Amino acid sequence: MESSNKKFQTVIEPKNGWFDLHLKELLQYKDLILLFVKRNFVSMYKQTVLGPLWAIIQPLLTTVVFTLVFGNIAGLAADGVPSFIFYLSGTILWTYFNQCLTQTANTFVANRQTLGKVYFPRLVMPISTVMSNLISLVIQFTFMVIFLVYYVITDQSCHPNLYILMTPLIVLQLAILSLGCGVIISALTTKYRDLAMLVTFGTQLWMYASPIAYDMNSMAVFAPGGKYHTLFMINPITPIVNLFRYAYLGLGEMEWIFYGISWIITLVVLFIGIILFSKVEKTFMDTV
Amino acid sequence: MNQTAIKIENVSKEYRLGAIGGGTLKGDLQSFWAKIRHKEDPNSIIGDNTGLSKGDRFMALDGVSFEVKKGEALGIIGHNGAGKSTLLKLLCRVTAPSGGTISYDGRIASMLEVGTGFHPELTGRENVYMNGAILGMTKAEIDKKFDQIVEFAEMEKFIDTPVKRYSSGMYVKLAFSVAAHLDSEIMIMDEVLAVGDMAFQKKCLDRMRDAAQLEGRTVLYVSHNMNTIRQLCNRCIVLSKGKVIFDGNVEEAIEVYMGQGIETPSNVDLSSLKRTQATLAPGVKLTGINVLENDIWKIRVGEKLKFSIEVEATENLTNIGYRSRLTCVDGTSVSVLLAPNLFSCKAGDKLTIPLEADISQLVPGRYCLTPVLYGVNQYGGWQFYDHIEKAVTFEVETKPGFNENMEWEQRWWGSVKLPEIVDLRTLGEK
Repeated sequence: MESSNKKFQTVIEPKNGWFDLHLKELLQYKDLILLFVKRNFVSMYKQTVLGPLWAIIQPLLTTVVFTLVFGNIAGLAADGVPSFIFYLSGTILWTYFNQCLTQTANTFVANRQTLGKVYFPRLVMPISTVMSNLISLVIQFTFMVIFLVYYVITDQSCHPNLYILMTPLIVLQLAILSLGCGVIISALTTKYRDLAMLVTFGTQLWMYASPIAYDMNSMAVFAPGGKYHTLFMINPITPIVNLFRYAYLGLGEMEWIFYGISWIITLVVLFIGIILFSKVEKTFMDTV
Repeated sequence: MNQTAIKIENVSKEYRLGAIGGGTLKGDLQSFWAKIRHKEDPNSIIGDNTGLSKGDRFMALDGVSFEVKKGEALGIIGHNGAGKSTLLKLLCRVTAPSGGTISYDGRIASMLEVGTGFHPELTGRENVYMNGAILGMTKAEIDKKFDQIVEFAEMEKFIDTPVKRYSSGMYVKLAFSVAAHLDSEIMIMDEVLAVGDMAFQKKCLDRMRDAAQLEGRTVLYVSHNMNTIRQLCNRCIVLSKGKVIFDGNVEEAIEVYMGQGIETPSNVDLSSLKRTQATLAPGVKLTGINVLENDIWKIRVGEKLKFSIEVEATENLTNIGYRSRLTCVDGTSVSVLLAPNLFSCKAGDKLTIPLEADISQLVPGRYCLTPVLYGVNQYGGWQFYDHIEKAVTFEVETKPGFNENMEWEQRWWGSVKLPEIVDLRTLGEK
C-alpha cells in the first residue's frame, strides 16, 4: 500500500482563506470566458431583426432624451460643444458601466442552474459579462466617432487631442470599477436579496451624482471652487467621464489629482470585491 | 492500478433547516437585536418547541470516509435523502463541505445534469463547445474530439440547428456525448442514463464501462436503477442518512439497500402485513406462511422448498387456488408457483396446508415470494382473496460443485439453471 499522506492534486476543504483566490485557475478557463462572451452577445440579438443595431439604438434614444430635456429645456449642457455629442459621450460610458454593474450583480442568481451543477471558477461569469458588454461599447463608440468626425469637419468646436490615446485606460478603469462593484453586490446578495432591489435605484442615483446628464460647470456647487466640488470629484466616475470628454471634445480642464484618486478607489473596490467574493464563492450555491 | 484516485476523509455537510437566516437583512437584524437584549427571537416559528426549531441543523452527510482506487467503477446507492447527491455536489466542487477533506487527482467530469450551460438559441455545434468548456475542456481539445462527439451522439445532420428545435432525446444525447468524451480522470454521473432510448442507454453504459476498464478512468455512478449499477460498477457503497452503511461487493450492497440483508425466520405472520392490492374479495385470508424442516427461510441449491400456509375462512368457499409469484429481491420476475384448486373451506375454518414447491433449478441468490389466494367469483371471473406483496424473502444457498464451481453470473445468465445440454451421441451409447 502507498503511504496515506500522499499528495493529491486537488484538495477540497471547508473554508477558503481570505487570500485563497486561485487566479491562476482563471487562465485555464480562458476559452470558457471567450465562449461565454460569444454566447452572451449572440444570444442577446438572436431572432431580432435589427440585431446588434440595438446596441446603438438604446443609447441613442437616451441621448436624444437628455439632449431635449437637460440640454435644451434645462440648459445643463456644456457651453461651447454641441449638446448632442456631449450627451452621447457621457451616455455610452455610463451605459457600459451600468450594464456591467447590474448584470454582474445579478450573475449568480441568474445562472444558478448552471453553477449548481458544475464547477468552474466562479469569477468566469462576471468577467465574461464585463467583456461581452465591451462589444456593445465598441459599436457605440464607433457610432460616436462618426458623429465626432462630422462635427470636427463642420467645425463645431470639438477638439479631440492626444489624450484620446488614453481611451483603453478609460475603458479598463470602467470595466474594473463595474466588476468590483458588481462582485461586491453579488457577494452580498447571495444571502440578502434586498440589495438587489436597490441596485437599479442606486445606479440611477449614482448617474445623477456623475456628470452624465449635465455639465459639471453648469452646477455652481459642483464646479471647481464650488462648495461640494471635492465631494463631487471623489465619485470615481466623474474624473473618468471628464477625461473622456476632455480627450474627445477638448472640454474643461483635467484635475489629475482626482483622476489618481479615482484609480485608487477603483483598485480598492476591485480588491474588496474579489476578497469578499472568494469568501462566499465556495458555499454560495447553498444560499442563492 | 492500485493508486488512490479519490480520498474522502470524514466529510460532513450541514444544512440549516428552514429558511436561511430571516431571508432578508431586516429579519436578520431583528433576530440579532432580540438576541443581544435576551428577548425572544421575533422570527422564530411560533409553537415550534420540538427538536427541529429554527437554526437546527440537518446533516446531509455525516462523517463519510472512503477511498476510490484508480480505474474503479464505484456505485453509490441509497434512498432519497440519503446524501448521494450532496456527496456528488461536494466532489464536483459545486459547494464546499462543512467538515473534512476531499482529495483527488486529475480532473473531474461531472454529469450531475446533462447539458449544463446549453443555450437554446445556439446551434448544436456552438453548444458542444460551450458545454465542453464548462466541463473544463480547452477549445483545442474540443476541436480534436468534435467529430467523435457528434458521431457518438448520432447527430451529424442536426449539428447546425439551434438546440431549441431539438427533441429532448436529441438534446440529451448530444449533451451526454460531450461529457463522455471529456478526457478526465474521474467521471461522476447522477442518473443521467435515465433518458434516451434503450439503444442509446446501452451505448452510454458501454462507454462508461470502457472508460473504467480499458482507459483506467475512475467512475462514480449514482442511480436507483440496480440493473445499471450491476452492469457498470465493480464496487458499491450504500448511503443511509448521511452515513456509509455498506462498502463492498455490488450484489451485497444492493441487498443491503433493499433492506433485505437479514434472514427470515421460519414462521412468518401474514395477518398484520399490509395488503397493497386494492380490490380483495372477502371470505378467506392468509394468516401465516412457514418454512418446514428449517429455522430460517433458506434452502440449498437443488432442493425443493417445503412450506405450509395458514388460512382463516369467514365464508364457505370452494376451489380456492394458491400461487406465489417468485421474484428476485430487486423485483425482477423469475416465475410463478401455482397450486390451483388447492382447498375448500367453511366459515370459521383455520387450515394449515403443507406444500412442496420444486424450485431446484433456481440458482443461488435471494428471492421473494408474493403469496396470493384466488378463485372464481359468481360471474365466472377471477378474483383475489388475498395478496401480499413480497411477503417472504428466502435464500437459495450455493453448494460445492454447483455449476462446476464456476460463478453463476446471475445478471447475464438469469435465475434459473435449466438441465444441462445432452450430447445425443453419448445418449445413444447408453
